[in-house]
Amino acid sequence: MKTANRRFLLAFLLVALVVAGVLSYYASGDPDGLTKVAEDKGFAAQEKEHALSDSPVSDYGVKGVENERLSGGLAGVLGVGLTAAVGGGLFWLVHRRDGRDEKAPAGASAER
Amino acid sequence: MHVPDGFFDAPVSVGAGVVAAAGIAVCLRGARRELDDRTAPLAGLSAAFVFAAQMINFPVAAGTSGHLMGGALAAILVGPYAGVLCISVVLLVQMLFADGGVTAYGINVTLMALTGVLVGYGVFRLVTRLWPASAPRRTGVTVGSFLGALASVPASALVFVALFALGGTADLPLGAVLTAMLGVHVLIGIGEGVITALTVGTVAAVRPDLVHGLRGQAAPLEIRTPEPAEA
Repeated sequence: MKTANRRFLLAFLLVALVVAGVLSYYASGDPDGLTKVAEDKGFAAQEKEHALSDSPVSDYGVKGVENERLSGGLAGVLGVGLTAAVGGGLFWLVHRRDGRDEKAPAGASAER
Repeated sequence: MHVPDGFFDAPVSVGAGVVAAAGIAVCLRGARRELDDRTAPLAGLSAAFVFAAQMINFPVAAGTSGHLMGGALAAILVGPYAGVLCISVVLLVQMLFADGGVTAYGINVTLMALTGVLVGYGVFRLVTRLWPASAPRRTGVTVGSFLGALASVPASALVFVALFALGGTADLPLGAVLTAMLGVHVLIGIGEGVITALTVGTVAAVRPDLVHGLRGQAAPLEIRTPEPAEA
C-alpha cells in the first residue's frame, strides 16, 4: 500500500511537471475571459501595474533565460515545485494524526 | 479570471479580504477532518496540479481564452475544506508570477477558491446524491464532476459582477458586463468541466480509495478477510 501510494503520487507530480514545464508552451496567448471582457467593456485601463511585476518569474518566464520555451518551462516547473512545497507543508501541518478513525473528534489533541 | 490590482475600490478589496481570511480560517479547521496521512500528500500535489493546469489557456471564442480554476477539481479529490486551501495556495504562489493582484488576493480567493468550491462541490454532491443506485457510481462521480465544474465558473463570474456593482472602479452598464462575463465564462466552464471530469475520472479509476468525492455516500462494501500468509 505504501509503495502503491508513493508510485501514484510520483506519477501525479510528474503529470503536473510535464503540463507546466512542457505543454504550457502550447497554451493560447489570447487574453482570458475576464481580461477580454475588461477590454471590450472598457475597464481594462483601471488595471494597476502588479506590485511584483519585476519578480524574477513574472508573467511565467524566468528572467535572464532567453529561450522562450526554456524560460516558460522553467517557470512552470518552479511554480509546481513551490506550490507542492507550500501546499504539502500546509497540509502536513493541518492533517489528522490519529490514524484511520474517520470519526475521531477534530481538535481533540493538544499537539501541534 | 485572475483579478488584477485596480479593478475594485478599497472597501470591496478589504471586505473580500476579510471574507477570504474567515473562509481560510474555517477551512484550516475543517481540513483536519478531511486529511489523514495518506491524503495529505495528495492535497499538496492537487494544488501543484491545479497550478500546472492553470498555465494551459485554451481558446474559447474568437480571440479569447480561458483556463481551469480548479475549485471543483480540488474539492472532489481532497474535500471542500482542503480544496479551498489548495486554490488559495495556488493563488498565493501565482502572485510571485505577477498573476492576480496583491490587493486583489481576497477577491480572487473569494471568486475562485470559495465560490468555485461551494458551487462546484455543491453541484457535484447534488448530482451524485440523485444518481440512481443502479447505475455505476464512478460514472455518477464523473458526470457530477463535469456539471459541478461547469457550474462553478459562471458562478464565479456572477460574484465578480456583484462585487463590481458594489465597488468596481469603473462606472459601467452592469447588464452589459454581466452578459459578457456570463457568456464567455459558460464557455470556459465547459473546458473546466472536461478537464475536471477527465482528472477525477482517471484518479477514481486508478485509486478510488483516495478520492474524497467517492467517500461518504453509500459507502461501497469492502471485502475484509484476515491477511493470508503469502510471501
